[in-house]
Amino acid sequence: MRNVLIIARKELRSYFASPIAYLLLTMFALIFGFFFWNSLGYFVLMGMESQMRGQMMPMNLNEMIIRPLLSNVGVIGLFFIPMITMRLFAEEKRSGTIELLATSPIRDIEVIIGKWLAAVSLYACMLLVAAVNFAFLFKYGKPDWKPLLIGYLGLLLQAGALLAVGTFISTLTKNQIIAGAATFGVCLLLWVLEWVSGYETAAWAQVLAYMSIITHFESFAKGVLDLKDAIFYVTVIFLGLFFTARSMESLRWRS
Amino acid sequence: MITVKELTKRYARNTAVDHISFEVTKGQIVGFLGPNGAGKTTTMRMLTGFLSPTSGSATVAGYDVLEQPLEVKKRIGYLPETPPLYPEMETAEYLTFVGQLKGLRGTELRRRLDYVCDRCAVADVKNKLLGKLSKGYRQRVGLAQAIIHNPDVLILDEPTAGLDPKQINETRDLIKSLGGDHTIILSTHILPEVEQTCEQVLIINKGKLVATDSVQNLQNRARGAESVLVEVSGRNGSLDFAAVQQRLEQVAGVSRVVVKQSHPNRNSFEVESRKGFVRGDLARAVVESGWDLNELRPAAMSLEEIFLQLTGTEAAAKDEEKEEVAVKGAS
Repeated sequence: MRNVLIIARKELRSYFASPIAYLLLTMFALIFGFFFWNSLGYFVLMGMESQMRGQMMPMNLNEMIIRPLLSNVGVIGLFFIPMITMRLFAEEKRSGTIELLATSPIRDIEVIIGKWLAAVSLYACMLLVAAVNFAFLFKYGKPDWKPLLIGYLGLLLQAGALLAVGTFISTLTKNQIIAGAATFGVCLLLWVLEWVSGYETAAWAQVLAYMSIITHFESFAKGVLDLKDAIFYVTVIFLGLFFTARSMESLRWRS
Repeated sequence: MITVKELTKRYARNTAVDHISFEVTKGQIVGFLGPNGAGKTTTMRMLTGFLSPTSGSATVAGYDVLEQPLEVKKRIGYLPETPPLYPEMETAEYLTFVGQLKGLRGTELRRRLDYVCDRCAVADVKNKLLGKLSKGYRQRVGLAQAIIHNPDVLILDEPTAGLDPKQINETRDLIKSLGGDHTIILSTHILPEVEQTCEQVLIINKGKLVATDSVQNLQNRARGAESVLVEVSGRNGSLDFAAVQQRLEQVAGVSRVVVKQSHPNRNSFEVESRKGFVRGDLARAVVESGWDLNELRPAAMSLEEIFLQLTGTEAAAKDEEKEEVAVKGAS
């Protein structure tokens, strides 16, 4: 556990010592801020219309702002996740520092979990940026905070799963660009897999749709903690990190 | 301290290391010598646990590298060919990180950090970014990270590659001073380095171990006869080198004289003699014949000759020579 923290601290420091972290956080703040502003503007317009008509439509902040925004964060994350994970191992392999990690008295899995934790922490920082926007809703309205919390948990799990996949892909190459592009492709594919369920109901289509990373987020976005979906994400995290460990092990044989 | 038995590393197309066996006793400095691509790095990587052997075994301080890799790694300090530095870290921060990785904590870590900074002379760049350090400093920080946990065994892959002659000397002295406390294996393809730093030599070629011996023994083995290099020039600008050769051959004890170079006014002769000191006689013979004696030195290339004999690679030999000349010329 100590070793995991040593690695995680070093990785986080690398993120924040280079412009990567600041760039990602700034871009995320801009993009999410724009999404937030848009949906708030729409919400205000709806409110004014319902007043003009004289009939009070039920206006719910959770339903109309938080829920779609949480889904949006998931989609924006898809674009940011490859940029977080692409350097994790590719950079170490290119610069040769992987030799230091691989010859230190520390287990591969500790290195892997440490790096993954650092990536998840950086993503959590992005969620904190989003939270600044949500805080205004609490200042001027009375949204229910529990669904937001569960939504956040879902986002972390979803990102954790994609970050684990990205970490694995980063062990396959010395080239960060290749790692990033491949991770982006896989993330995108995992996202759009559920589209098949729109026109096909055969078993294989259901399996494909089930594998989609987005479908499992719907319950979280609604504020429902569905164990089935949580387990799906945890399984992907586990598999991703397991394959990372296998890939690192194979380096000892292939070089 | 290190026992290697029938160690083999096979890749899909080639065998990088082919049934190598050797032993290194505690406190020794061993030179691992061979042309580029001979399998030096692969062997070292197997010892450090970075690569797994295809077959065979290696034990370090009594622990098997395959069965107890963590115990082995605790006892090994490793400097790869390119020092494993993170450019965005500062020296002290990096060494602290490595110390933590190797299991050092608290006061012990601080004590070792100060010690290695002092020992490897990197204290004055403690707060500099590693990415901004010069090659010499990078190498020394690399050495500092290898010894931070005071390992029993030090494995150094070409520790002087790419350094300038002054830095090479400093690094060699540092390595020599580390011997005794640590058992050291260092790889190189520069022969004088082995002669200067190491007690024991392992010569490897095409994945096979071709010789294991002490530097002294290897030199003696090659030097059945004393060999002296004589450089002679004529006073008036021209020289009849056949005459010189003839005169040298007449010196008592000389068995053979070979013309090494012959420029109009610069002639080197390699004089082989039976064991015994003939240099005085040679000098007198040259001067008394009215020629200038420019240089007279023992032909100490013997290790190189053994190396060539053993490895038998002409191309590699030429590279070695060039490297040697470059190093000599620069210093």
